[in-house]
Amino acid sequence: MKILVAVKQVPDTATQVKISSDPKAIDTAGITWIVSPYDEFAIEEALRIKEKRGQGEVVAVTLGPDRAKETLRSALAMGCDRAIHVNDPALANADTMTTARALAAVVKQEAPQLVLCGRQAIDDDAGAVGAQLAEVLGWPCASWIMEETIDADAKTVRVGRQVEGGLEVFDIPLPAVLSAQKGLNEPRYPTLKGIMGAKKKEIKDVKASDLGLSSITPELSITALEALPARPPGRIIPGDVKDAVKELVRSLREDAKAI
Amino acid sequence: MKIFNEQHQMFRATVRSFVEKEIMPHVEEWETAGQMPRWIWPRMGELGLLGVEYDEKYGGGGSDFLTSAILHEECARSRSGSFAMAVGVHCDMASPHLYWTGSEALKEKYLPAMCRGEALTAIAVTEPGGGSDVAAIRTRAVRDGDHYVINGSKMFITNGATADVFFLAARVEAGSEGKRHQGISVFLVERTTPGFTVSRTLDKMGMRASDTAELSFQDMRVPVENLLGREGVGFYEVMRVFQRERLVAGLHAVAMADRAVADTIAYVRERQAFGGPLSDKQVIRHKLADLATQIEAGRWLTYAACAKFAAGEDCVREISMVKLFTAEMVNRVAYDCVQLHGGYGYMREYAVERFARDARLMTIGGGTSEIMRDIIAKAILP
Repeated sequence: MKILVAVKQVPDTATQVKISSDPKAIDTAGITWIVSPYDEFAIEEALRIKEKRGQGEVVAVTLGPDRAKETLRSALAMGCDRAIHVNDPALANADTMTTARALAAVVKQEAPQLVLCGRQAIDDDAGAVGAQLAEVLGWPCASWIMEETIDADAKTVRVGRQVEGGLEVFDIPLPAVLSAQKGLNEPRYPTLKGIMGAKKKEIKDVKASDLGLSSITPELSITALEALPARPPGRIIPGDVKDAVKELVRSLREDAKAI
Repeated sequence: MKIFNEQHQMFRATVRSFVEKEIMPHVEEWETAGQMPRWIWPRMGELGLLGVEYDEKYGGGGSDFLTSAILHEECARSRSGSFAMAVGVHCDMASPHLYWTGSEALKEKYLPAMCRGEALTAIAVTEPGGGSDVAAIRTRAVRDGDHYVINGSKMFITNGATADVFFLAARVEAGSEGKRHQGISVFLVERTTPGFTVSRTLDKMGMRASDTAELSFQDMRVPVENLLGREGVGFYEVMRVFQRERLVAGLHAVAMADRAVADTIAYVRERQAFGGPLSDKQVIRHKLADLATQIEAGRWLTYAACAKFAAGEDCVREISMVKLFTAEMVNRVAYDCVQLHGGYGYMREYAVERFARDARLMTIGGGTSEIMRDIIAKAILP
């Protein structure tokens, strides 16, 4: 069975994000870029499905600038068979809906039986693309999945998705879009062999026009990014414990209005 | 200036994740136990971390020396000098003897298991009566039919109590005046060979999770086909692999120092004294600036030698400088990092205390600073 995995390149989780001189963007200088961690769960699951079935193809796809190719090479090093890079300046300011439309166009060309992605990218945390992609395609979608089992003839998938205090289990007809939650699996590291082999695997470059996307007008655009206000310093209440507790309670009640 | 390519960076990410997730949580436990569990080797083999430069037909990675360099840097970032050293010995001090000088039959027989982490290796050169003076080796190998009969002992052998395969240097003929470097050979010896004994495991100041042993051999019969390379040229082979070993030591020293300074920076930002964090005090800031500068100097001296070594150029002088400079540097860094931690730096519960003990080996193991100075002096004042 053919599986498409949608991945996104994001700043490393340890990045101290700063707003650039353009208040609509972050300063990308010195950022280490990684595969969004939830997308790694999606890649891992796709590879496991292929390994379990003993056949199939896993295709990684991303939308992003030149540097996003590193993310595809990481996916290939983990074991994906080939990759597609939607790389077009016209898509530089793509909102989630535009991204979903572009990915839907890739899906139509590739015709996979399953699309996997992370539950959200850890940069803007929108968590919208998976569901929007399913909507554009008219496919069923399950988000935040913790487990999946595909039946022998790849007609349906049973998924367990995380809900408060347990799992919600669905049987979904394929093709479908699934988004991965942490806990679905433990992603493998690319082995040296995988890294060396990734060089020889194909990464196809695709422009918006190749996907038949004519007018690209994002429905959402960023007005401004604002940094969080600096946290005010804490207050230490000195003195005898008994008096300090009284003062603490008074302050929580009257100043902070927390109790 | 960039010396690593994208493929190297990807490999670094793999080793770093592995070390952070699977090694670092156990470091304290292994230090206390005085040993590392066996599972790390097959696990590393599975990830392709053992034998990264060896040909794929033997189960190696088919990659380059800079890939090895990354492996050793990342292992040394684990805060466990022991782990880094054990990996360094297996990958770049012991098994290279087989890969670079072994016969095709020996390579086919032993390398795949070494790359899979099923056979752990050690290098047995040093003897109770001599370390850096390799020509002083007294362990004897006497030809008897299709075997060599080996008698003698070896000292300070890293992985000595746990390795399955040893690369053993022995005299095949007595050294004569003016020819003392001749007559030494390196043999591949399985630990199960009758006459092979681990006499004792040594109790060390640092590197306590790594086993170090004294070995003895009594009428140990080793098949002639286990001779590596030509008979009698082992001294030169040992010296050649020493170059690799000393570069790895340089990579270890820099990465260990880097980690210790990062930990110390985190500490001085937290630690409050005289109404503010220590990191606000100029004396602390300047000390850390000095340490970071020394590390950077060590890093680029090491990288420059790595680039030369990788290109196959003669760089004994440069590598000796790397070994000398970085080993002395990591000890200065260790001293200051303990100092910056104050009383806590002297406590076992802080990793910096272990770092100081682990670092102490660096000016001794793999050729002392004194020997390095001798080599450099010979090169610049022939």
